[in-house]
Amino acid sequence: MSEANEAGVRKPPRVTDTSLRDGSHPMRHQFTREQVRAVAQALDEAGVPVIEVTHGDGLAGSSIQYGFSRTPEMELIAEARSVCRRARIAALLLPGIGTVRELREAVEHGIQVVRIATQCTEADISEEHFEIAKKSGLEAVGFLMMAHMRPPAVLAEQAKLMESYGADCVYIVDSAGAMLPHDAYDRVKALKEALSIEVGFHAHNNLGLAMGNSLAALDAGVDQLDGCLRGLGAGAGNAPTELLAAVLEKLGLNPGLDVFKLMDAAEFIMAPIMPFQPIPDRDAISLGYAGVYSTFLLHARHAGERYHIDPRTILVELGRRKAVAGQEDWILDVALDLARQHEQEASV
Amino acid sequence: MPQEQRVKVAILGSGNIGTDLMYKLLKQPGHMELALLAGIIPESDGLARARSLGIAASAEGIKAVLEDPEIKIVFDATSAKAHIRHAKALRDAGRIAIDLTPAARGPYVVPPVNLGELADQTNVNMVTCGGQATVPMVHAVSRVTPVRYAEIVSTVASVSAGPGTRQNIDEFTDTTARSLEMLGKAREGKAIIILNPADPPILMRNTIYILPAGEFDEQAVRDSVLRMEAEVQEYVPGYHLKNPPVFENIETPWGRRPMVTLLLEVEGAGDYLPRYSGNLDIMTAAARRVGELVAQRLLKEQEVVA
Repeated sequence: MSEANEAGVRKPPRVTDTSLRDGSHPMRHQFTREQVRAVAQALDEAGVPVIEVTHGDGLAGSSIQYGFSRTPEMELIAEARSVCRRARIAALLLPGIGTVRELREAVEHGIQVVRIATQCTEADISEEHFEIAKKSGLEAVGFLMMAHMRPPAVLAEQAKLMESYGADCVYIVDSAGAMLPHDAYDRVKALKEALSIEVGFHAHNNLGLAMGNSLAALDAGVDQLDGCLRGLGAGAGNAPTELLAAVLEKLGLNPGLDVFKLMDAAEFIMAPIMPFQPIPDRDAISLGYAGVYSTFLLHARHAGERYHIDPRTILVELGRRKAVAGQEDWILDVALDLARQHEQEASV
Repeated sequence: MPQEQRVKVAILGSGNIGTDLMYKLLKQPGHMELALLAGIIPESDGLARARSLGIAASAEGIKAVLEDPEIKIVFDATSAKAHIRHAKALRDAGRIAIDLTPAARGPYVVPPVNLGELADQTNVNMVTCGGQATVPMVHAVSRVTPVRYAEIVSTVASVSAGPGTRQNIDEFTDTTARSLEMLGKAREGKAIIILNPADPPILMRNTIYILPAGEFDEQAVRDSVLRMEAEVQEYVPGYHLKNPPVFENIETPWGRRPMVTLLLEVEGAGDYLPRYSGNLDIMTAAARRVGELVAQRLLKEQEVVA
């Protein structure tokens, strides 16, 4: 179907499972050691090569802004590491939230991969973090968040900066779940053409396209894909790891994942601990529709309840104000503005 | 005011911050006379503007400053690395340094909080833009009730975050968090910075979350915060609470507690930098205020000697 296919370029992608990081959002950062141990062990046994474990907003994300962690993330990292025989543990780091101090601490607790994430226009704030990551012997992966907001050429420039800092791979991250398949394809393709390192794609399912976009990325030659068991991630969740495995297997591109073991892990380990099943419901679709950071979902619902405002109205307004990754504090601000506006309208 | 009642000052660094500070010192000199703008890039816009305004300009950097013994106060708007060198040279030459870089050789100063306590320091540091914007508010709460934890989120327009901030963003989070503890008197501080690339650029925004240590009087906190808003507005007119203080109970690592949330916006004066750069404006405005106090003190000392 694609030129990549005809040219035989498609190869089995490496799959990173981020249930224990992106899944921290719907879990409201309440993962326990026992849960992390069980999930990490099941993923390891099913052949998942990289497992990301961190607060949902990355190292040092535990805060009022994003939600406090129930268990310190360093303990969760160590717990996951202790049960994995083959899988390597990754941590997420957002410069501006976490610093190289927490990165070094995470190395001591057993991470071997770090994913360094910036807003897709701000790659140049990550130079120091890549440098320290490489000096610490880590595999360093760049994450260009909210990548739907800029065209492929701009993303390629930003990705090249990360490459120059020492990145081993750069991801197109559809944080808002706002991309359509051709958006994912064009962005991955632009990076593949511009970079000599690997390229990854991280999907959100807000428009029901997490799998479709991952497949479009595959057509464009993507080297790494992300998944979560049962799709447990922010907003409507991510591409389900077990589903990715099954589909890759049918495409003849299974990178060595045990499809049945992943299906069992999703069904019997993840499903029972999930507070709810992320789906593209009314509010989640609004995230993708308005192009808003997926983690805003629960915060917007909370503010909506408190100030009697439709969460969708809040999310659409945040999209209009061009809020970017990590700006959860604007939700309260928007809710207060809208509540005041409603009051004024009511009094007229 | 006659010239002899003014103290000669110089600005080191002819970039955005140095140039904006030049305009502020010309607009509101107080007891200061701007004698020199010194950079190291001969063709910089800042130096050209200084010349056209009739201000001595030099591309010789610190050397030019040291050559004029009448310059008593030096604003350093270069880089942390350069200031470490400058700090020593200025101290040896008996000049007072007001440091706008993150070098932090001297104690932090945030004007409405501790300006009066630093009378005899020879080097003071202006913290970070996030610190200048948020420490006054943490202080406003802690002067009414002890603060267990203060967390701030500063969001600035991408275009107003210079290379210094970008290359060392960890320094921003660390220094700002420390200033919340040292000057804001929070037992624990945390800082987050976000760069927003929206076009047109957004105004600088700061959200301040405060967990008091125990029970407190909401009205007293509200009054203190509003008083502080007015105190900062004396030197940063575009500093304001975007919404009234919010009080709510939340789950924290220290149990369920009441929290105060303050939503701030900082609009710049538009002296040299655009109005959205409230983050840079609050640094130069605060530095000017510190310079003015130091100048007044030096003049008083002269009187005593005379």
